[in-house]
Amino acid sequence: MNLLDVEDLWVRFPTSSGVFDAVRGISFSLGRERLGIVGESGSGKSMTGRAILQLIRPPGRIEAKRIDLQGKPLLNASDKEMRAVRGSRISMVMQDPKFSLNPVMTVGDQIIEAYRLHNKASRRDARARAIEMLEAVSIRNPERVLRAYPHEVSGGMGQRIMIAMMMIPNPQILIADEPTSALDVSVQGQVLGIMNQLVQDRGMGLIFISHDLNLVAEFCDRVLIMYAGRIVEVCEADKLHEAKHPYTQGLLNSLPRLDEPKDRLEALVRDPEWRQQPSVSGLL
Amino acid sequence: MKSLSVRNLNVWFGEGPDRVDAVKAASFDVASGGSFGLVGESGSGKSTILRAITGLVPTWSGDIEIDGDHVLPKRGRAFYKMLQMVFQDPYASLHPRHSVDQVLSETLQLHGFKDIDTRVNRLLDDVGLGAAFRFRYPHQLSGGQRQRVAIARALAPEPEILLLDEPTSALDVSVQAEILNLLSDLRTEHKLTFVMVSHDLSVVGHMCDNVAVMRDGEVVEVLGIEKMRRMEPDNAYTKHLLDVSLNYASS
Ligand SMILES: Nc1ncnc2c1ncn2[C@@H]1O[C@H](COP(=O)(O)OP(=O)(O)OP(=O)(O)O)[C@@H](O)[C@H]1O
Ligand SMILES: Nc1ncnc2c1ncn2[C@@H]1O[C@H](COP(=O)(O)OP(=O)(O)OP(=O)(O)O)[C@@H](O)[C@H]1O
Ligand SMILES: [Mg+2]
Ligand SMILES: [Mg+2]
Repeated sequence: MNLLDVEDLWVRFPTSSGVFDAVRGISFSLGRERLGIVGESGSGKSMTGRAILQLIRPPGRIEAKRIDLQGKPLLNASDKEMRAVRGSRISMVMQDPKFSLNPVMTVGDQIIEAYRLHNKASRRDARARAIEMLEAVSIRNPERVLRAYPHEVSGGMGQRIMIAMMMIPNPQILIADEPTSALDVSVQGQVLGIMNQLVQDRGMGLIFISHDLNLVAEFCDRVLIMYAGRIVEVCEADKLHEAKHPYTQGLLNSLPRLDEPKDRLEALVRDPEWRQQPSVSGLL
Repeated sequence: MKSLSVRNLNVWFGEGPDRVDAVKAASFDVASGGSFGLVGESGSGKSTILRAITGLVPTWSGDIEIDGDHVLPKRGRAFYKMLQMVFQDPYASLHPRHSVDQVLSETLQLHGFKDIDTRVNRLLDDVGLGAAFRFRYPHQLSGGQRQRVAIARALAPEPEILLLDEPTSALDVSVQAEILNLLSDLRTEHKLTFVMVSHDLSVVGHMCDNVAVMRDGEVVEVLGIEKMRRMEPDNAYTKHLLDVSLNYASS
């Protein structure tokens, strides 16, 4: 059975100039796999992730034929049921990691609290686990970082702290929104290794939202390519470089390359047609 | 055109066991009209260097010079007309209850511009957002759209030196290409001097002439872009970074 099935999902925002559809009727499934979502800024990637957890702020609204978690409908779940799902079955690393940390509580207290919510452990044991977790995401001097407040850690450290925290409940699904965008390649590799292990060893499903096409091509199994709230192409990740849609090709061509310098980067020329094309199904 | 020189810069936070030596004896020079990259390990002190230049860290020692003049501890308005910074975290740097229009008009007013209306629209066009975004609030924007507002705000005073902290890491590649092209154009048109932090070596390779590589608070190597492209760094950590990043770009 799939971990997640989403059918005909819409996310709509009423505005002064009419309703703006940020996501326009997309369908996809998630197995025990690494599913990448790529696409340009504003194409609806984050809204898709948030909609699964019903984290769209009013007046925005979610409409769908179904959003099923292991065959059980989430769409009409009560607030209480949704909180339980968010707390333990589906975790999300937000695009703005430092924003999701409590600014007036030390990093250590936040990790320890989260850990003890899910495990029977003394404060001391929880603290020891917290240090292990920070070490796992390659944080130098974890003792010091536990005592630090969120504004006292660097951008990439904040990202790694959030990833460590989201792993605590041992979720069945992890939605990671640009989780490594602030990390140098070397640390990024270590963080991806951890996520990978959870997919391989524990059968977790990973939705990996990123604008980094090379990274997604290498790291994921399957990729959804979004444009203007729709899926324009679905492909195997290792075939991403052979993608057919001119939009995907355009994205690939706009990357700078260290080994092939040029004066100007190719900017994507958008065809108004792309908007009208029906959404491609990513259902399994 | 302004040049920038950082000599023996130390920045530390806290005291006792919690003291962090975030930057240790860092030195580098940026020629006027030059573009300088800062790369390196996450947490190595890159943002801290930019914040020290901008005047946002209380405890530092060393020398920061612009066009040969020492920068004073207290930066005035004239300083911020000449030098602007785009912050790493576009969420934290935009006020949640200020619309895009407010953010840009207030910055323009502060620096004494008169044709505010025209300028706001031009700034929005420059960063590829357009007038449709003018009256939106930060929570109504995607991550990349916010970053572009932050870039527009930094460009508003028409600075001569621009410090950019991961300016495109929240942007998809197509917008990244547009922003990098825009920055290159601005650099030639207005003779801007850049210092740019990025973890993406191909972005730095595209934009910069020289690069400092940082690890654990120290600048371990300053090298020219050609040397980096030829994969001939002197330092082992630089080599490691280059190896990892080329490896994954080519696979
Ligand atoms: N509250 C809102 N009201 C109106 N429009 C909104 C609101 N929130 C988001 N949007 C719009 O919805 C669209 C999709 O946003 P989303 O955050 O999903 O983009 P994204 O693909 O994650 O982009 P990025 O790569 O820049 O993070 C954007 O065009 C955004 O401006
Ligand atoms: N206000 C502060 N108080 C205490 N420590 C701080 C403060 N600001 C930064 N630091 C520490 O200084 C070090 C360098 O941080 P900095 O933000 O400069 O790193 P960075 O190179 O920009 O990393 P990243 O690539 O992850 O953004 C980190 O160990 C960080 O925890
Ligand atoms: Mg997003
Ligand atoms: Mg930083």
